[in-house]
Amino acid sequence: MVTNIDVRSGRLSKEDITKNFADVHPPLSPGNALVESNRCYFCHDAPCVEACPTAIDIPNFIRKISTGNLKGSAKDILTQNIMGGMCARVCPTESLCEGACVRHTGENQPVRIGELQRYATDWFLETGETFFERGKSTNKRVAVIGGGPAGLSCAHKLAIFGHEVVVFESREKLSGLNEYGIAAYKTVDNFAQREVEFILNIGGIEIRNNKSLGKDFQLKNLQDEFDAVFLSIGLGNVNSLGLKGASMNGVYDAVEKISELRQSKNLADLPIGRRIVVIGGGSTAIDIAVQTKKLGAEDVTLAYRRGPKQMKATWKEIEFAQNNGVRIKYWVSPKSLHSENGHVSGIEFDCTELDSDGKTFFTGDVRFMEADVVYKAIGQLLEDDFDSEFENIKIEKGKIAVNSKLETSIPLVWAGGDCINSGEDLTVQAVEDGKQAAIAINEKLTNIK
Amino acid sequence: MANLKCNVGGIQAPNPFWLASAPPTDKIYNVERAFEAGWGGVVWKTLGMDPPIVNVSSRYGAVHYNGQRLMGLNNLELITDRPLEVNLKEIKQVKKNWQDRAVVVSLMVPCEEKDWKYIMRKIEDTGCDGVELNFGCPHGMSERGMGAAVGQVPEYIEMVTHWVKDCSDLPCIVKLTPNVTDIRKAANAAKNGGGDAVSLINTINSIVSVDLDQMAPEPTIDGKGSHGGYCGPAVKPIALHMVTEIAKDPDTNNLPISAIGGISNWRDATEFMAMGASGVQVCTAAMHFGFKIVDDMIDGLNTWMDDKGYENIDDFRGMAIPNVTDYQYLNLNYDVKARIDESTCISCGLCHISCEDGSHQAIRVIKENGVKSFEVIDDNCVGCNLCMLACPVPNCITMERVDSAKEYQNWTTHPNNPMRIIEN
Repeated sequence: MVTNIDVRSGRLSKEDITKNFADVHPPLSPGNALVESNRCYFCHDAPCVEACPTAIDIPNFIRKISTGNLKGSAKDILTQNIMGGMCARVCPTESLCEGACVRHTGENQPVRIGELQRYATDWFLETGETFFERGKSTNKRVAVIGGGPAGLSCAHKLAIFGHEVVVFESREKLSGLNEYGIAAYKTVDNFAQREVEFILNIGGIEIRNNKSLGKDFQLKNLQDEFDAVFLSIGLGNVNSLGLKGASMNGVYDAVEKISELRQSKNLADLPIGRRIVVIGGGSTAIDIAVQTKKLGAEDVTLAYRRGPKQMKATWKEIEFAQNNGVRIKYWVSPKSLHSENGHVSGIEFDCTELDSDGKTFFTGDVRFMEADVVYKAIGQLLEDDFDSEFENIKIEKGKIAVNSKLETSIPLVWAGGDCINSGEDLTVQAVEDGKQAAIAINEKLTNIK
Repeated sequence: MANLKCNVGGIQAPNPFWLASAPPTDKIYNVERAFEAGWGGVVWKTLGMDPPIVNVSSRYGAVHYNGQRLMGLNNLELITDRPLEVNLKEIKQVKKNWQDRAVVVSLMVPCEEKDWKYIMRKIEDTGCDGVELNFGCPHGMSERGMGAAVGQVPEYIEMVTHWVKDCSDLPCIVKLTPNVTDIRKAANAAKNGGGDAVSLINTINSIVSVDLDQMAPEPTIDGKGSHGGYCGPAVKPIALHMVTEIAKDPDTNNLPISAIGGISNWRDATEFMAMGASGVQVCTAAMHFGFKIVDDMIDGLNTWMDDKGYENIDDFRGMAIPNVTDYQYLNLNYDVKARIDESTCISCGLCHISCEDGSHQAIRVIKENGVKSFEVIDDNCVGCNLCMLACPVPNCITMERVDSAKEYQNWTTHPNNPMRIIEN
């Protein structure tokens, strides 16, 4: 039987793929860094600092680059944000520090804060040194569940306070979405793992990987064994399309496929569809769309149910996707999947518009797009069986509820990162959550005699 | 099109932009390319007695500021290191090829009358337009009793200038060193010696930086350094002040001036001419960017003169001098206050912090709904200009005059002055 479905590997040569997946922002040269650092006005009460979830003293670290004090610069960054290196690569700076930069306000040319941050932290990580020392032992033990940005940040800070930390990680490698969930060209040369090594260098942090909560260990037992627990479990589940046949061949979760891509030893071996439709409007949608395009897909369309203003991806991400040949189709909502021999072959959309109250409604028009593969990137949820492990834990808006000190409704259990509602689901926010939770945990533990 | 012709102490040139005596004017190859680019004149790199001096390797140091290169340049280079006859032959050839341009020869020989007479005879034979006596070089030559060692003693300036003028009719410019306490004394000595003009400033004594690994000044020559001569954009304010001092002093105000010191563009040059200079000399900017910068100098001055309706340089030359006065005559009742244009403010906060920590606490930050604005507290604002100067947005902060009702009063009559003049 003749089929139109076209999914195969090797759409591009290995050389082309290597070129396509090179560092998206090559590091600044010393000369560039000098010029760029001198563009900073050294604002008083700088808006960039206010816009940074980890409140890095940005003007100060930039000034230190301009004076050749790279060590001091890296120290300013890393004491506030132990993952300053990764955040420099993955933060949507256009909606954080650089979006607030007064040179953005004044001339639409913000200081390239992210790239400068990377310059200082890369330089420091290369030295193999650290600023941090493990505190004198307190004989308190803290369990951190989940070794992503929130968990590692929390563990590191707890080690500075002198607590013993055990990190339980369900996967093989640490660093969470930095390792498994972010486009490859944003963090090349195994940076996520090099950063993990730098963080763990402090000592006092035991890693138990391939250990899943509920399967390999239970919260109840942890509460007996440890003085405090920090939950940084992220969002293990994805929203469903709510369409018939959503589990058919060729319909995938973007998160899962990005993870496969990130762990692949040879990108040219990955099967890639000729015509791809990505459903969603956030960073994950952008990341899967651009990466499949870079792997040789002929047509990649990102279909979003509302307009550019409502889209979660930043203007810069949208521009980046478009520059990489991704077509963005606004105002379409998935209606039904079409298939051929049990494999997706296309998708039908309802056209949408906003009413005067800002609510989306269907106009009655319908659009059809042929597709060899459909990726859904429409948001993530807490794990399905979450409740069974956490009887009585309070949930708010689908995430774990915490107080201002990030403590959950269960005594001596804190939470942070994507599994709570602390801000945007960003690495930088997770790092801040981990840091603040560690401070709160330390406060509580030092008061318990 | 304005007429840019200039006359410096009897030396004519099609425009006032000359290259100063320095490496760019050391040989025919350079000077001819400079003339092709449009320079109105050159002062040939200083000639001395044979045998030629020997230069060191590693000659320049620099001040870079905020990523901008060469805000200031420091050098340890001496006078020409080529035999006298080679230079003379080339000068003769250049003058023959470029009759409309000013070719001035810089000279520095020992403080002996016979040496000056000897070299002046040689110079006259080149057909050049004039000489410049280098009494300014602050390094190397001064240790041998020449350059600034002469320029720092007015009696020597006068004596040597006399020797030169006694044996030759060539126009004679006396180049002055800024490494003195009162430049007017040196200028007056040049005038008394019969000099036709002065040129200033030569370079300023300096140690430009220290290599913190070698623990030695830069430029470092085999582990050692020495003080050098400082020039470039950073020295312009010092040069402008010294030129002004000479231009407004009753003893020297008729002495033509060829201004030197950090001149990098037409605006710098025009400022010096507004302070009385008849022409200017440029070095660092040409060494940094090449001879081509003269194009904008000529073009920019022309455009500005046309806009202002000036036909000749003399139409505006010296016009700013009457407005340079002594502090005691400044109007103490003149009062300005900072005004901030909120529509162009980018909220960098530099006006606030510069005023707050810079002394007066006259700019308050108001934060409403996460939006910052800045308010001037008039009672605290002394009108110092600091906020306006610190603000990175052009014209966002301006100074508004607020003393409309008050009459002019200066320190000489001010009640706080115990020595005030009391009018009857």
